[in-house]
Amino acid sequence: MKFRTAAIAAGAALAVPAVAANAAELNMICSAEVAICEKLVGAFEASHSDISVNMVRLSSGEAYAKVRAEGRNPQTDLWWGGTGDPQLQAAAEGLTAEYKSEHLAELHDWAVEQAETSGYRTVGVYSGALGWGYNTDIFTKKGLKEPTCWSDLLDPALKGEIQIADPNSSGTAYTALATLVQLMGEDEAMDYLKKLGSNVAQYTKSGSAPVKAAARGEAGLGIVFMHDAIGQTVEGFPIKVVAPCEGTGYEVGSMSIIEGAQNPDEAKVFYDWALTTDAQNLMPEAGSYQVQSNKAAVASEHTPDFSKLKLIDYDFAKYGSAETRKALLARWDAEVGGRAAE
Amino acid sequence: MNADNRRLDWILGGAIAALLILPWYKIRGGFFSFGWIGDLFTKSDLWPATVQVAIGRWQLWPVLALILGALWLRHARPSGADRGRWLVWLGAAGLVWLIAEGLAIGTRGWNWGLLESMFGEVAGQPAFGAGAVILAVAFTCLISFGAAERGALKGDAFILTSISMLILLVATFVFYPILSIFTGAFQDIDGAFTTEGVARNIVDPKIWSLSCLIGGPSCGVAWRTLFLALCTATATTGLGLAFALVATRTAFPFKKSLRLLTILPIITPPFVVGLSLIMLLGRTGTLTQVIEGATGLEFGRWIYGLPGIWLAQVLSFTPISFLVLIGVVEGISPSMEEASQTLRAGRWRTFRMVSLPLMAPGLANAFLIGFIESMADFGNPLVLGGSGGVLSTEIFFSVVGAQNDPSRAAVLAAILLCFTLSAFLAQRMWLSGKNFATVGGKGDGGMHAGLPRRLAWPVITIVTVWSIFTLVVYTMILFGGFVKLWGLDNSLTLEHYAHAFGITWGEDGLRWTGVAWNSFWTTMLIALIAAPLTAAVGLLTGWLIARQKFPGKAVFEFVLMMSFAIPGTVIGISYIMAFNLPPIQMTGTALILIMCFVFRNMPVGVRGSIAAMAQLDGSLDEASLTLGANSGRTLRRVILPLLRPAITAALVYSFVRAITSISAVIFLVSAKYNMATAYIVGLVENGQYGVAIAYSSVLIVVMIIVIGGFQMLVGERRLRRRSNPPAAKEATA
Repeated sequence: MKFRTAAIAAGAALAVPAVAANAAELNMICSAEVAICEKLVGAFEASHSDISVNMVRLSSGEAYAKVRAEGRNPQTDLWWGGTGDPQLQAAAEGLTAEYKSEHLAELHDWAVEQAETSGYRTVGVYSGALGWGYNTDIFTKKGLKEPTCWSDLLDPALKGEIQIADPNSSGTAYTALATLVQLMGEDEAMDYLKKLGSNVAQYTKSGSAPVKAAARGEAGLGIVFMHDAIGQTVEGFPIKVVAPCEGTGYEVGSMSIIEGAQNPDEAKVFYDWALTTDAQNLMPEAGSYQVQSNKAAVASEHTPDFSKLKLIDYDFAKYGSAETRKALLARWDAEVGGRAAE
Repeated sequence: MNADNRRLDWILGGAIAALLILPWYKIRGGFFSFGWIGDLFTKSDLWPATVQVAIGRWQLWPVLALILGALWLRHARPSGADRGRWLVWLGAAGLVWLIAEGLAIGTRGWNWGLLESMFGEVAGQPAFGAGAVILAVAFTCLISFGAAERGALKGDAFILTSISMLILLVATFVFYPILSIFTGAFQDIDGAFTTEGVARNIVDPKIWSLSCLIGGPSCGVAWRTLFLALCTATATTGLGLAFALVATRTAFPFKKSLRLLTILPIITPPFVVGLSLIMLLGRTGTLTQVIEGATGLEFGRWIYGLPGIWLAQVLSFTPISFLVLIGVVEGISPSMEEASQTLRAGRWRTFRMVSLPLMAPGLANAFLIGFIESMADFGNPLVLGGSGGVLSTEIFFSVVGAQNDPSRAAVLAAILLCFTLSAFLAQRMWLSGKNFATVGGKGDGGMHAGLPRRLAWPVITIVTVWSIFTLVVYTMILFGGFVKLWGLDNSLTLEHYAHAFGITWGEDGLRWTGVAWNSFWTTMLIALIAAPLTAAVGLLTGWLIARQKFPGKAVFEFVLMMSFAIPGTVIGISYIMAFNLPPIQMTGTALILIMCFVFRNMPVGVRGSIAAMAQLDGSLDEASLTLGANSGRTLRRVILPLLRPAITAALVYSFVRAITSISAVIFLVSAKYNMATAYIVGLVENGQYGVAIAYSSVLIVVMIIVIGGFQMLVGERRLRRRSNPPAAKEATA
């Protein structure tokens, strides 16, 4: 036992000053692209030298599963980015904490609406519209005409060229499903999707995978969020981005503080900072082509101008709710199914 | 003082010290940071159990009382069957009490409303800490020491303690999480009981449909997975055997490089084989273009779906089956084959009638491992899955996907378990009651017969073709890290490596500026801690199962295999569900990753050592025991040296799996402890294939170096002198 006592004493002597010098911590989950996450964390740590950030990148579905599983004893303080639906769901289940930032007034309406829908448990940080990207090489080679409207996608010549994610697994595809329902009405949308199914080569699991496949020529066209498609174009792939002529839906990438977080004060500091113009102007530098939520923030030159898009009035409260989601997905399963024309 | 009393003194001393000195509850910053000592006088949660009792935590009284009871027994009673029985009772009561009070009282008081209404309010308590863990160990030891004094298993305290410790660990880290996930299936979001989810999912035609047999669009995911696993296991066992035969019994010129080549696929992080298969054989893949250009055929997208997954899995798992089989093929005593040849059987007949049947345990194990690996595989189906997916990805997406249905995950996990456990059962029934011992104590100095010619040529051809294919796949991987943008801008660049592993020399010394360093060091640390632990636990368990007889052995073996049979996705979720709340709280620490790896990868060590031990004649143990060594010494001095290939395999496998596994890890990584694979998946999702492949290549190189280190550390097993001349010749040449 002598050894243990000595070890403890030695440990105490070493550890006490170390604790005193320890900076405050912030544990965050980031559900956007790694490059953006790292950029934000780096800039935050540079301007807040007293807070050290531990960041892990998880897709929004994984993040939601983790936050929910840890519900009664959270290990995470803040959740930044990713599609808004899981964050809304977390808010509805009380997994995230209510907080009104002083910067709320500086934000676009859709970002504030996101906060209001959730009872101020989450807030919009960026937004992106749904569309598709097609591979110009393949389309030229096969002599196909440019698909500019949802209805063009039913052209039999496109058989086996289209990819879209499975709405059961992907928030992007669920947004597409909900968009079509709001655009056409539920029965017509299901009918449309059934017809589309005969052109779809594969229902992928991940939301942005279709356009990545299209970029590499594995598919002709991927239905995705437009900022994902622009990313491929900017990388240099032969991808042309299209905003559907009938109108389209959009997502609101969100941010929430976890209820019962261990470092709530640090989380609030980051939360406030992430809504400022300075922080949001970092996003285009990291290759993000969404529209930021702060009105004064400057979007990337590649970002499609929201005012020129025909955006539908997306009902996040209705289509984000568990009942509507379950009903729509059940109907999709029964009538469209994940069965591609392989 | 006899041995009975001496070991009792040790364990009671430890328990009392833990009660008096160590904090009973978990410390948030971690015990070994020692930061808590500074707060010792101000925070009551840091105080040891004796003080906790004094400040009103009545639930710890029984613990104290039981230890005092054990002390009294030690001094008042002589060692013997009577005291032994009492010790067993004391230990069991202590464990039961720890579990009961730990589960019943959570952070905010009673966990169940029923108890609150019966006993009134109670103060909440944090999770178990160092003190409680040591007490649990002490109680377990009391049980086994007591049983030893009563004369169970010939009074062998070493075996008894090993068994009871393993049971405690397996119960905590395998059984408890699985139980948590199944209780989760019957709960809705706020914890109330419901059977709705399970009832809905268990009859889902998307799981069970057999319509593809009668011309329908596709079969249920359960049947697809089963079919895939059977194909993969058959192919990997066959290829693994071919490689093992070529490596041991032919004059094939590149044996050494053959071994290296077969190691390559297992040290490859997930996604990478799938990715390079797409780059090679996808619709616009390099090889596809070449063949299409030459023949004018159009291949399309066949790689997405079962054929592609099958190919990637065979690439990935053949080496594991090779590792299992090489020890078995090497271990077959040449004297059997020589006897057969002396009796005028030809080489072919000898191979067919003598060698092949003796390889049966190895073949069965290889098949079983291939089958289970394929069922639990996650990375390859995720990349190549096509529209349908397999069970493991379906489980993943039913948890993280938009549908978010934990009860569906539980149902799918149960189906997966049924498949893997039936395979395990079938294998046991087939092998039971047969004797495969060929390494005995008797002198045995022959050489292995070469392969019969009609077998040698096809086998060498298959091995060569497969090796070339593997080489091509790996060249693609290495090359991909240096290419600016695959398929588009093929100019060479180092920027991916610089981005991931950049180092700058600034004013304040060396700065690790690369984005990968953080996760890289964490991964290395965790893998290096987990590997020896896994090997030790695995080999000890294998030895207990193969060599000792104890009640409940079959159940014990079964529960062990379960952790291997459950896909990582489920393990990940179940670990968070089980270890996020008191009594045991490990989420967000490195420990949860280590424990997950140890108990997930241990079964391979167990299977490997059982297969190897099936070849060691029991008379070796008996000889050692007869000469006066105890069972611990026998294990250390006789069995372990003969098990060197199995030890290497276990070390290598657990190290590699700790680095390359993804499905469980993705839930268990935290902001502080992020693993390489989780990071790479993020890169792949983001389409940064260059950096992802560069990072993977670095991991591959590091793993090769470390595996070489393990091999040198453990050394080779030397069975007989004359099998070595070829090696000696190489050394002198």
